[in-house]
Amino acid sequence: MIILITTLVIAIVSILVGAGLVFTSKKFYVEVDPRQTLVRECLPGNNCGACGYAGCDALAGEIAMGNAPVNACPVGGNPVAAKIAEVMGTEAGEPVDRKIAFVRCKGSCEVTHNQGNYVGLHDCRSAALSGVNVTDCDYGCLGFGSCESVCPEQAIKVVNGVAVVNRMRCVGCGLCAKTCPRGLIEMIPEKKRVAVQCSNKDRGPDVKKVCSAGCIGCTLCVRQCENDAIHVAENLAHVDYDACIQCGKCVEKCPAKVITPPAGTGA
Amino acid sequence: MKSLILIIISCALINNVVLNQFLGICSFLGVSNQLKASASLGGAVIFVITIASAVASLLYDFVLAPLGMDFMKTIIFILVIAALVQIVEMFLKKTSPGVYTALGIYLPLITTNCAVLGVALTNVQDGYNFVQCVLSGFGTALGYTLAIVLLASIRTRVHEEDLPAPLRGAPIVLIAAALMSIAFMGFSNLSL
Repeated sequence: MIILITTLVIAIVSILVGAGLVFTSKKFYVEVDPRQTLVRECLPGNNCGACGYAGCDALAGEIAMGNAPVNACPVGGNPVAAKIAEVMGTEAGEPVDRKIAFVRCKGSCEVTHNQGNYVGLHDCRSAALSGVNVTDCDYGCLGFGSCESVCPEQAIKVVNGVAVVNRMRCVGCGLCAKTCPRGLIEMIPEKKRVAVQCSNKDRGPDVKKVCSAGCIGCTLCVRQCENDAIHVAENLAHVDYDACIQCGKCVEKCPAKVITPPAGTGA
Repeated sequence: MKSLILIIISCALINNVVLNQFLGICSFLGVSNQLKASASLGGAVIFVITIASAVASLLYDFVLAPLGMDFMKTIIFILVIAALVQIVEMFLKKTSPGVYTALGIYLPLITTNCAVLGVALTNVQDGYNFVQCVLSGFGTALGYTLAIVLLASIRTRVHEEDLPAPLRGAPIVLIAAALMSIAFMGFSNLSL
């Protein structure tokens, strides 16, 4: 008898539970915008978070709802924006220039010195917080590779004491730029190769004391430029990428050889 | 009233579900590597255990006990709790997407957490009535959240330390959990 009752009760409970599940799945069905799935398929799927959302799925939801522009993915750039625009039935909007990380420091072990008196955690952010003078140069790359550890693409590496970007692998997410405690990494348009590879804001003689590859703020480059695209502020040259035509005249004249040459001329 | 508050305290601290009864260890060790994730999991556990113990109590009092089906309680509880979590998940997705995204993947994960079933079964064993069941479920889940958040905080600290090689990773986590368990034994001397 008890066996019969048990079987019956279990059967009834199971049926009730099943019916409850069916009922709730119908009653509380959430409509997912079909475009969300299509947009998600267009996105690269790095889940790097560079767009400002939690990941590619979250961004796809926001784009489908119209809260985010179709070109919100900095990694995918224009091709992805065009594909998403097709799905959403809108214009791709202003084409965005793809950006690539650039380390504004040339301080490898040959040209400057690591003082070697920092013994804490092997991490740039900790080293910067510690207040210890890690490097001779107060502005240069600390070389502990915090950028290396956040890069989702293994596109940045500390080589010989200074971070170096692999331009082929960099997807332009900008995570390294946000991480660097010294703010050395700048996101610059992919096509612009002429950039000043130094961040030292000290006066020329002081720069020379700590690093033989630093910008001394001599303004020779400014005088060379025909497009008013390079300026010296706080003893440091900086290129205006909107105005720069990549002629490379400043590169030739720079006495410290701290400006990177334009594309097609090696390096 | 006093006895009800005592139920919460005793479930959360004295008979802590993880550190004293050793239930729910897998998620306790698995999810505690990040503070934020463990806090979300704790929230989801509070939510699920409270509801599950309420439903299990009703089911036991009105179906299982009158029919003399005490021996089937484990199977019925598993069935009902699993379905319940599914229903709650669908309900939340529709009514409050904010809570749904905050709990995220942890809500379905808890379905298989032994702590949930454990609470439902011990409640019945202790002969608690409905209100006592809900409170003891809530207290137990509170204890779970406390334990996992504490362990996650310890792990974030330990992660930054320069440990001897054999202790790195899982060993130091187990040692930390054991020390926490010993520390929580201190609560058993609490005179209430």
